[in-house]
Amino acid sequence: MAGESTFVYLPYLMGGVVTTLQITALAMLLALPVSFLLALGRMSSFAPARWGAGFVIELFRGTSAVVQLFWAFYVLPFFGVELSPLAAGVLVLGLNEGSYFSEVVRASLKSIVAGQREAAVALHLPRFYTFRRIVLPQALPIMVPPFGNAAVLMLKFTALTSLVTIQELSFRAGLLRSNLGVSSDIYGVVLAIYFALAVGMASLVWLAERAVNRWAGREVIPWRELTSRRASPAPKWAFRR
Amino acid sequence: MGIVDRSEPMKATASQGRPIVRMRGVRKAFGPRVILEGLDLDVGAGEKVALIGPSGSGKTTILRLLIGLTEPDAGTIEIDGQYLWHSSRGGTLERADEAHARQVRRCVGMVFQQFNLFPHMTALQNVHEPMEQVLRLKRPEAKERARALLARVGLGEHVDKRPSQLSGGQQQRVAIARSLGLQPKLMLFDEVTSALDPELVGEVLGVLRELAHETDMTMLIVTHEIRFAADIADRVLVFDAGRVVEDGSPEIVLKDPSHPRTRQFLRAILER
Amino acid sequence: MRGALWDWAYAWSVMPDLMRGFALTVQLTLISAALALSLGFVWSVVRLAGVPLLSPLAWFAAEFFRGTPFLIQLYVVFYVLPNYGIAFSPDATGVLVLGVYGAARSVELYRAGLESLPQGQWEACLALNLPLSYVWRRAVIPQVAPVVLPMLGNLVIVMFKDSAVLSTITVLELVSRARDAGLASFRFLEPLTLAGLLYWAVSYAAARGVRRLEARGGHR
Repeated sequence: MAGESTFVYLPYLMGGVVTTLQITALAMLLALPVSFLLALGRMSSFAPARWGAGFVIELFRGTSAVVQLFWAFYVLPFFGVELSPLAAGVLVLGLNEGSYFSEVVRASLKSIVAGQREAAVALHLPRFYTFRRIVLPQALPIMVPPFGNAAVLMLKFTALTSLVTIQELSFRAGLLRSNLGVSSDIYGVVLAIYFALAVGMASLVWLAERAVNRWAGREVIPWRELTSRRASPAPKWAFRR
Repeated sequence: MGIVDRSEPMKATASQGRPIVRMRGVRKAFGPRVILEGLDLDVGAGEKVALIGPSGSGKTTILRLLIGLTEPDAGTIEIDGQYLWHSSRGGTLERADEAHARQVRRCVGMVFQQFNLFPHMTALQNVHEPMEQVLRLKRPEAKERARALLARVGLGEHVDKRPSQLSGGQQQRVAIARSLGLQPKLMLFDEVTSALDPELVGEVLGVLRELAHETDMTMLIVTHEIRFAADIADRVLVFDAGRVVEDGSPEIVLKDPSHPRTRQFLRAILER
Repeated sequence: MRGALWDWAYAWSVMPDLMRGFALTVQLTLISAALALSLGFVWSVVRLAGVPLLSPLAWFAAEFFRGTPFLIQLYVVFYVLPNYGIAFSPDATGVLVLGVYGAARSVELYRAGLESLPQGQWEACLALNLPLSYVWRRAVIPQVAPVVLPMLGNLVIVMFKDSAVLSTITVLELVSRARDAGLASFRFLEPLTLAGLLYWAVSYAAARGVRRLEARGGHR
């Protein structure tokens, strides 16, 4: 088993958990405005805005996140941009997730049915008002569940920042192993901690979803149907012989 | 060209007031499907016109053209004396921009088959917010007028409900109040009872009837309710395949249609 | 001091190394993908069949692999398992963990695909008393495959990019080669940018292919 030593260093690991959660929060905070900017850029009638947004999205979605992290860490200083590891990590994770999430934002904004836009035109409503008061309030609740999922994914994603010396959970475990001779079993403990964090966060996301649905006047999944998400979409007889 | 039969009596009707709608040579096609071709249409101010005809005959397209939801491929549309998509400079017509069209169509209102209320707003918000945005009213005044309008369509007790808490008929009445709030000179009604359960049709038609009898607003009503059309319209247009095949008073058009297609269509509808 | 911003001669000199890494990246991705797709299919059937005990277990296992960082999963197999007498080479560890991780993620895709089938379709099959094999072969799979196949294609593209993480357990794939070249000369711009371009070129081409697949499915 993990042995006594692991538990001695648990407080030190927990300090890493705090950093992990911080990076998660900061990166998501960056990803949100980035995704909106990119989505609106892609939907813009101004061609250079479309190209610019398309380039950024392609850049971050087309290449590996590890390459992006190394690039920010090793190459940016070469251009005279000296970022702290934390800033570089948050920047890359935020822009990366923002590029992915911009597709969700775009799809949500587009999903507002034609009838709503037509009503706005027929009522001669100004364009900005239409976006702010008609499109956005209906699109936002659609984005909440995927945003929550993205936040849970981001939690796992932050483990990569240990590669650029950010002292979060994974990095501290590695340090204990290589510098203090703690058994490598500690990675088993780290895996369990990540899973517990993910479960906790997924539960929070689920509660937030309920709250938003209630606020937006939409149907709220009752507690007892929580398990139905685990259920198979196929009927049982489909697997009998 | 488009007006085939009885175009003379129509002109007489139109000349009662100055025309609020003038369409000349309007063509509209969606891909290979031609909906309207060479359509001429005049509607005088204050007229209550019913547009009837089989589905796909171009009635709804005319309403959508008049409120600027679609642009014509060819021809001109005048609303209240101004070209919708053109500006006249020194006698020649030039293509005008979206801003111009926005300003011209300001006096037009439209009620949709599917209501298209804003689902996240209460009935009151649906009515008073557009008034603030378009008429630049202060909020208290807009709210007061919105309440009065909702009361007038019989929804005084439901002002704070969301669309999902209202019946179809109630939602459609909110939508009518929402359009009326912007004080249009020309109101377009696009099959406003088609999406309703039969028992809810009456309450919406009641509101339309009252509007027809008590206001001098011009009304263009696309409907399948022939008896209702005969009751409130002072002019009936029958469409078939993008052309006007009948045009005249309800008495003449509905009781004694000249076109065989009209007779066939009316029989089909009346026997439903 | 450093001369030109972008040093073509240096870029050219690191290319052979990078291409060797790139070849390994592609190889490892393909083997992992084969493992992920085959294991993922069996895993999904168990997860969706509603077998007592086994199905909830498959569900939990998938959630566990999806809910923890790929990097730490690699570390556990690479550093922890040898403590208990189970040891693989770095390359084998990479393929195994990437494959299992991909399989766990595919379970969710199969579920989503089945969910896209309206319940009425199942009910119609039941009402017509159709034999089960016919139901799957002619009713379910033809409708679900156009939904699932593009998602599986995207998953493989994601696995391709995730394979860069294998650089952390001394697998000499593309990113390892690029980083090592950079460390040797203290010039990271060229190798890392070239590595990025190689990732981009492959995933761009693959994504276009998947979109074609999607478009074809839509017309069916």
